[in-house]
Amino acid sequence: MDMSLPAAAGSKMKLVMVGNGMAGMRTLEELLKAAPGMYDITVFGDEPHPNYNRIMLSPVLAGEQTVEQIVLNSRDWYAENGITLHTGKKVAKIDRRARCVETDSGTRAPYDRLLLATGSRPFVLPVPGARLPGVLGFRDIADVEAMIRASTESRHAVVIGGGLLGLEAANGLKLRGMDVSVVHIGAWLLERQLDEPAARLLQQSLEEKGLRFLLQKHTAELVQGESGRVCAVKFKDGETIPADLVVMAVGIRPNTELAESAGLHCNRGLVVNDTMQTFDPRIYAVGECVSHRGIAYGLVAPLFEQAKVCANHLAEHGVARYIGSMTSTRLKVSGIDLFSAGDFTGGEGTESLVYSDAAAGSYKKLVIKGNKLVGACIYGETLDGAWYFDLLREGTDISQLRKNILFGQSHLGDAGHGPAERVAALPDTAEICGCNGVCKGDIVSAIRDKKLFTLDEVRAHTKASASCGSCTGLVEALLAHTAGGDYSAAPSKKPLCGCTEHSHDEVRATIVEQKLKTMADTMRFLEWKTPDGCGKCRPALNYYLLCAWPTGYWDDAQSRYINERAHGNIQKDGSFSVVPRMWGGLTNPQELRAIADVAEKFKVPEMKVTGGQRIDLFGVKKEDLPAMWADLAAAGFVSGHAYGKAMRTVKTCVGSTWCRFGTQDSTGLGVKLEQLTWGSWMPHKFKLAVSGCPRNCAEATIKDFGVVCVDSGYELHVGGNGGIKVRVTDLLCKVETEAQVLEYCAAFTQLYREEAHYLERTAPWVERVGLAHVKAKVVDDAASRKALAERFLVSQKPAQVDPWKARAEGEARHEFTPIAAFV
Amino acid sequence: MNMSHNWVEIGRVDEIPRQGARVITTATGDIAIFRTAADEVFALADKCPHKGGPLSQGIVHGRRVACPLHDWKINLETGIAAAPDEGCAARYPVRVADGMVSLSLIE
Repeated sequence: MDMSLPAAAGSKMKLVMVGNGMAGMRTLEELLKAAPGMYDITVFGDEPHPNYNRIMLSPVLAGEQTVEQIVLNSRDWYAENGITLHTGKKVAKIDRRARCVETDSGTRAPYDRLLLATGSRPFVLPVPGARLPGVLGFRDIADVEAMIRASTESRHAVVIGGGLLGLEAANGLKLRGMDVSVVHIGAWLLERQLDEPAARLLQQSLEEKGLRFLLQKHTAELVQGESGRVCAVKFKDGETIPADLVVMAVGIRPNTELAESAGLHCNRGLVVNDTMQTFDPRIYAVGECVSHRGIAYGLVAPLFEQAKVCANHLAEHGVARYIGSMTSTRLKVSGIDLFSAGDFTGGEGTESLVYSDAAAGSYKKLVIKGNKLVGACIYGETLDGAWYFDLLREGTDISQLRKNILFGQSHLGDAGHGPAERVAALPDTAEICGCNGVCKGDIVSAIRDKKLFTLDEVRAHTKASASCGSCTGLVEALLAHTAGGDYSAAPSKKPLCGCTEHSHDEVRATIVEQKLKTMADTMRFLEWKTPDGCGKCRPALNYYLLCAWPTGYWDDAQSRYINERAHGNIQKDGSFSVVPRMWGGLTNPQELRAIADVAEKFKVPEMKVTGGQRIDLFGVKKEDLPAMWADLAAAGFVSGHAYGKAMRTVKTCVGSTWCRFGTQDSTGLGVKLEQLTWGSWMPHKFKLAVSGCPRNCAEATIKDFGVVCVDSGYELHVGGNGGIKVRVTDLLCKVETEAQVLEYCAAFTQLYREEAHYLERTAPWVERVGLAHVKAKVVDDAASRKALAERFLVSQKPAQVDPWKARAEGEARHEFTPIAAFV
Repeated sequence: MNMSHNWVEIGRVDEIPRQGARVITTATGDIAIFRTAADEVFALADKCPHKGGPLSQGIVHGRRVACPLHDWKINLETGIAAAPDEGCAARYPVRVADGMVSLSLIE
């Protein structure tokens, strides 16, 4: 029997949610998307408000936003989605046997599934006077309203706790005109987010805003005044300061009383498994009340990840798992930028790179362990935070970046983005994402209108930062500014795509280990969630299978992008461009005449010499392609693969044959390299070049594999890129003979083919695995090099068949002819 | 059956590659005719609602096609772009009988 598809509306399953906050409501929104109408839903919230953006309480306190502006789901929204909402009602009891909850006012609601999203509450210091009138937490709208009221009636505010929340409260109260002191037990502020030098800079700029700090102070007592309200804070050292308002911000505690009273297992939070289920399988839990693998999260992005997983299981799709998040921190105080992630304290076995300019208010500390970034702490210029967070999360080998890493990503050669400016000050028309042409105004209105909280959501809706990613820091700053999201949490493992939970590396390894030889077998064995994959995983699987079984895999044309299926480059008007191969960039009158004839015969509207020294014929109609290729094949041309994730071109300079500086025959070597590598399918496009001397006219040091000839032999360079992120190659080694160049080239190419992720160029691949790894496999170990080169040659045998000639002779004719025509 | 349909035979199902598409040229623009992995057949105007990309050239997966120009996902059954993108490609009624595909040009 299928419980998910009840026969009549009356027999719908009942879902009750306790807690009306962000994590719980996000779960319901995801559930309504995944399985609309599957449940009768009832929500209980003990606050009198519908769901609002709790992160934005700081700007409300600071007077920058209103309560109305931070409401996320209006009461109308609940009604439109058929959700019964009870606000201002506290659920007092869960009867698990009868499957029913009961509020303290006696309202009962039966459930088939129960979702607990009870959140957390401020920790109250166990000191005398902690419950006096005038002592508040900083947790909900009622707290903020009480603080705003106090700010109009009284003068002295004391905030206990110098963490993120405490500083935001202090900043808001100061802006409301109060005289604010921050009491902190630690030696410096934000000790969980900052090291001491960064915290000192922060303290200094907060002092310039008028805040006062009392560090290493232990609160002994909150003193009651004549009015019955709090009037002072007394410390253990005897000092007393006046206080008309005290805000406790020393930490939060998960609200687990209700769960505990129902006998659910709790341990510093309500314990859930990877499917967000508690020990009672009918009861799920998400949000700040939850303890997952021993961690209770307090930031929005991980909670939204939990929401997505929980909704998937409530919808009975049963395929998602939450495996924890890595988080980073920012502070929401206008004009103050700080960022931290990972282990930024350092210690034994780690090294620290530090940049400090106190006068400019700028400080950066990066902690490195074994060539990997393990922590970052930045005060001042934080736009590179996202980049550091990526390096950290991906475990990138940074040995090649060490010299410049402190200066940020822009110092590594991004094209076309210029110096980062303060986003808040930019006009709405300012272009943020150059790749996809997205302006600040577009992003801000999408964040507001669509209620976006995470970087991934902004990417999906606006395409900003979805291509090269170099504007990620700017987009994150916009998110922080607009929604207050702590956007940069991310899953600790990246699946290949939405169809699977396995990473690229796991998929590749499984194909080889399990000898999976077809796409269907691979999807079946790895339990793909979709019947036939998607536009992201199918091309990747096709390549991985082709690479693993070069002679035993039947290439799946329908899993290739159109450029590779039609063997031309699709242009924006749907026409194609055609680039015949010209070995090493060499040509002759007969070849040029043949190209000219073809261009005239097929009325090619435009021709151009490409960056890779080939001739490109633009604007060819798809149905003309086979006939054009037949003519080109007759003149001796083969496909230039200018359209594929494949070996593209070998660019050369003239070399010793003509050039007075040339040291070797660079053109001749270029032709040999191109004959060796043409036709090879790759994880991404792959370009080579050979320069005849260190003047490097063929620009070999920004190629995937570049050769620079010198008097005594050949320098081999790898991992270069001339695209959005310019990357100069790393020197792999120097060799003496042309035969060695060819062998090293074959071995390097094959290592890249076997190890890189699909759509990963050599530049990020070399950065990810480290040059040392490449050297170990290709240079230091001769047996490994020979084996790699041999495997490359084996894979080249079936690959070096001209796809153009085959199609001119009738292969895949359906690709080029209409099935029917009506006039 | 709706009598206002004007069914025209256009070819056999097996002339369309599985997980692929073929093009029908007409005086008013191309129509893409898709065949899914499950051998369902659908027809849409061969024009992505985003920037007019030829949908027939995209990767077909499930009941969707990914536009080759900017990777919008278009539902083959409804012509509607998958959220968060917004737009819709025109649909044409299709029927398959004895392996022969017919299309109605009136919609």
